[in-house]
Amino acid sequence: MNTVMAIFKKEFTSYFISPIAYVFIIVFLIGTNFMYFQPFFLINQADMRNYFGLLPWVFLFFVPAITMRSWAEEKKSKTIELLLTWPLSDAQVVLGKFFATLAFLASAVALSVTIPVTLFIIGNPDPGPIIGGYVGALLMGAAYLAIGLWISSHTENQIVAFILAWVVIFVMMIIGHPMVTMKIPALFVPLFSYLGLFTHFESIERGVIDSRDVIYYLSMTGVFLYLNAQSLGSRKSE
Amino acid sequence: MTQNDSRLMLEVRGLNKRFGQVHAVNDLDFEVRRGEVFGFLGPNGAGKSTTMRMITCFIPPTSGSVRVDGMDTAGHDLAVRRKIGYLPESTPLYSDMTVSEYLAFVGRVRGLSGQQLKGRMDAMFSVCALTKMAGRQIGKLSKGYKQRVGLAQAMIHDPDLLILDEPMSGLDPNQIIEIRNLIKKMGEEKTVIYCSHILSEVAATCDRILIIKDGRIVATGTPDELTAGHRSGSQYTLRAKGDKAALKSGLEAVNGVSSVTAGDGQDGWFDLRISTGSKGDIGEEIFSCIVKNGWSLSELRRDHTSLEEVFTQLTGGGK
Repeated sequence: MNTVMAIFKKEFTSYFISPIAYVFIIVFLIGTNFMYFQPFFLINQADMRNYFGLLPWVFLFFVPAITMRSWAEEKKSKTIELLLTWPLSDAQVVLGKFFATLAFLASAVALSVTIPVTLFIIGNPDPGPIIGGYVGALLMGAAYLAIGLWISSHTENQIVAFILAWVVIFVMMIIGHPMVTMKIPALFVPLFSYLGLFTHFESIERGVIDSRDVIYYLSMTGVFLYLNAQSLGSRKSE
Repeated sequence: MTQNDSRLMLEVRGLNKRFGQVHAVNDLDFEVRRGEVFGFLGPNGAGKSTTMRMITCFIPPTSGSVRVDGMDTAGHDLAVRRKIGYLPESTPLYSDMTVSEYLAFVGRVRGLSGQQLKGRMDAMFSVCALTKMAGRQIGKLSKGYKQRVGLAQAMIHDPDLLILDEPMSGLDPNQIIEIRNLIKKMGEEKTVIYCSHILSEVAATCDRILIIKDGRIVATGTPDELTAGHRSGSQYTLRAKGDKAALKSGLEAVNGVSSVTAGDGQDGWFDLRISTGSKGDIGEEIFSCIVKNGWSLSELRRDHTSLEEVFTQLTGGGK
């Protein structure tokens, strides 16, 4: 456990050594605040439903940017050869890295706390859906991050890692969307809409945490972290 | 073969590694004794790094076994990794961390904490002469300092077996001497495996040497054994003054001399090379022959077959 902590701490602080992290966070905050507040007074409702509705799309760009370097850089600079000869199991390394990316995402999302604070000042919002929305957003973010990390473990090029992660997450998002489910044989519709990352965010967006959605996001995260550990192991059969 | 010889730090048996069509490591069999500095030599691409990667559990062998301190790398890989300190070929380090952050990180990953971690870090700072660089970013250090950080990283947990893959590459002669002294110091109490293609380095530091080529062992032994085993006769170089033809025929008459070649002379001095057919020393006979004939002598030396020549012969430098 201490070794997972050591990896976590190293990975998390490494984000803040370069200025890129700050730029990401600022762009993320300005972008989401702008998109949320622009129609805010037209809608004239003190809730965050529209904010959480934005997050799947914002995360689509933000998460690959967080995960792209995680493994790609270790491979490129060959530090992976040391990392994987230290007395750590593959699972410990994967978990340490994953929790570091999750903490980074969570800190960026936490800085959007200005939005609920504003709502409480100017209106009288229901806190339940707001808390639910944040929890749901992190669950969804965890699934995105696990996919991004898994992709990063297959390349030593960060740009490739970013683009592939974007594509895979995008595909995972839209397979449950009506524009896809309307065109495929009816037999596959339940499967596709169950697998779609989007389908499960609909109730979270409203602030309702459904155990099925929680299980879905946790199992997606688990599956991709497992695949990540497997792809580290695949060096063994190269 | 004894199953558990406690004098052996490393036991490699029938080790093979294939990458697709390439047979990178071909049936290696060797052992390293406890406390030995073991040189692992070979030209580039001979399979040195691949072998080290199998010993350090980075990649598993296609077949064969590696036992470190009696434990098989298959099945005990975490325990084996704890015993080993490893400096990979290109000294990969996290360049955005400072030296002390990095060593503290490696120490924690290695399971050290608190006072113990601090103690080991201080020890590494002084052993590797890094104290002045503690707060510097690794990416901004010179190659020599990076190499020392790599060594400090490999030794921080006081490993029983230290594996250094090309630790001297890219260093200047002064740095080479420093790192060599460091390795010698380590070798007094630890088992060290030292991979290199720089022969003079290995000859100067190692107790025993193994030479591989194309993934196969071509020679193994102490530096002296290796050079002695490949010497078919001795060579002498001398510089003498006298008549060229007389010098040549006079020296050829010395007992044991098989051939004499004379170079171009200058002011009556000639450079001569003498080859003998046996391994014995005939320096005295050559000297008395010169004196007897009334010639002058300004230089006489016996040339040792260098490890370099042995290496070139064995690994087919000229094919």
